[in-house]
Amino acid sequence: MALAENRARGASRAASQPNSQASWLQNINPAVVLVGVVVLIMPLIASSFVLTQIFGWSYMLGTIALSLMFLAGYGGMVSLAQMTIAGFAGYIVAILGVNGMPGGIGWPWWLAVPAALILAMIVGAVIGALAVRTAGIYTIMITLAIAAAFFYFANQNYAIFNGHTGINSVPTPVFLGVDWRADLPSYYLELGVAFLCWLAVSYVARAPFGLALQGIRDNPRRMAALGFNVTAHRVAAYVFAALIAALGGILLVWSYGEIAPGTVSVSAAIDILVIAVVGGIGSPIGAFIGALLYAVLKTFALDVLVAFGLDGNRFRLLIGLGFLAIVFFSPDGIIGLWARWRNRARPGSPRAQSTGGGHG
Amino acid sequence: MDSVAQPLSTIGSANALELRGVTRLFGALAALTDISLTVGPGERRAVLGSNGAGKTTLFNCITGDFPPSSGTIRFFGEDVTFFPPYERIRRGLRRTYQISALFPGLTVLDNVYLAVRGVSRGRYSFIRPRRNDTLVNAAESLIQAVHLTPIKDRLVAELAYGQQRQLEIALALAGAPRLVLFDEPAAGLSPTERAELVDILSSLPAHIGYIIIEHDMDVALRVVERVTMMHNGRIFKEGSPQEIEADPEVQELYLGGGHG
Repeated sequence: MALAENRARGASRAASQPNSQASWLQNINPAVVLVGVVVLIMPLIASSFVLTQIFGWSYMLGTIALSLMFLAGYGGMVSLAQMTIAGFAGYIVAILGVNGMPGGIGWPWWLAVPAALILAMIVGAVIGALAVRTAGIYTIMITLAIAAAFFYFANQNYAIFNGHTGINSVPTPVFLGVDWRADLPSYYLELGVAFLCWLAVSYVARAPFGLALQGIRDNPRRMAALGFNVTAHRVAAYVFAALIAALGGILLVWSYGEIAPGTVSVSAAIDILVIAVVGGIGSPIGAFIGALLYAVLKTFALDVLVAFGLDGNRFRLLIGLGFLAIVFFSPDGIIGLWARWRNRARPGSPRAQSTGGGHG
Repeated sequence: MDSVAQPLSTIGSANALELRGVTRLFGALAALTDISLTVGPGERRAVLGSNGAGKTTLFNCITGDFPPSSGTIRFFGEDVTFFPPYERIRRGLRRTYQISALFPGLTVLDNVYLAVRGVSRGRYSFIRPRRNDTLVNAAESLIQAVHLTPIKDRLVAELAYGQQRQLEIALALAGAPRLVLFDEPAAGLSPTERAELVDILSSLPAHIGYIIIEHDMDVALRVVERVTMMHNGRIFKEGSPQEIEADPEVQELYLGGGHG
């Protein structure tokens, strides 16, 4: 439902009606404005711990999950390699930039970051080229295999990836006179990147590139019969998604000051899928809702479980149960629950009416 | 549709479509055997035949959904036998599907916009169309041509069956079509909708040729100049609608077979 509603709303914007096309920015839901204000003033409310460990972390995970949402929600391609691409970009920034290893390359951040983004996009294109000829479960399997292969490679390769230890002592850059390691600047940097990525995905979804991707999701054969090169279009979607994932991965490195194979482990790759699905795969904001829930659970579930006399490591059990519940009761995630609750609360909403009329 | 800038003179003497010895095998089964078929520019042709005669397979070979096992296909003189479908579409070939192949999660306008976009530049554009965008306007006039303007912002999943068939035709007329393949466009339509379909087909500009697969003789024979009869993957008769209708063999094989 959320999926459909979102598209329907977007569609009427794309239509060249005089008053609906004025500016797509003006058509943003008031709820979005409210959320925007809350996250902007969050540093006034939240403790330093909540700010960085819950919110900052959710923005970074959410950005990576957003890249999966773009592929899966609009392209119908579930890739488990998005965390791999994010981690790869993080590794590149750490390796090319300043780090604690002897004989480092030591590029400044403004050189290392573009290099990491470009390399990540190339890797995204390669993964895409491998994956797009498959569909459904096979796409999941091939990207899972790539994720596992990269994890073991990084874990065992000492020449480049420094094996199990990973790359340590990666300083967060200081530019514009700001130390981006500090709580407040890092919070706003992570928020800013997450917001821009959300904006980009929401915008592109209604641009020809995104529309065509949704067409390919619905009916690839017909898209070819309309003049689209379906394979090339899908690979391009992987490249765009890789750019977004890479931004999230670079922020992760700056936030932790290090990167190790654990970041790109198979379980981390699956966590990204869980985040995107729980939040709602049909809507860009879903990735961030899922990430916030994940961060809260991962941070506090341990204490709650211990308080009940259970093993704190069982927090994954809670996440798993939550995942099951969502998949069973709301395949379109928390966003879907929200949309359905709203439709029920307002039975006379335009959406409900138009659905009713459609079957006439 | 008046944007079609393909004067006949530039096409020269080349035929719109020329099939030579096209055979298509599915394993041991020959769905098409040695098909040779010539369709002139702007020509309107019906392909008739019972179920399993190979009509839709013929369409799939022409559009490249799957290539022929042997033989050549020329489109306006150019050998397109091994071209991917999108390359043929960009050269002016179009098709509709027997079972509607639409994008149910998108609106009517988005569906037609994609069709218009698919045969023009900017397929990868990251910029949303502006108000009065040429392609959006082209999409809207196509929607008008198939009488769907009042519901252009509806999701296709919500459309009635007849409306989906009309949308199917709009998608095939986007851009500058030179030859359109209609795969049973009248299937499942009411008599009124069939009359509308005949109107739409007869009002197409003269330089747009088409091949139509249709079981309904009232539709098929009224909108074409020539008829090709297929049987068991072969062409077994060609002629004007009058000749085909009067042919005793055709009567026995097809018209008498309960389809009339």
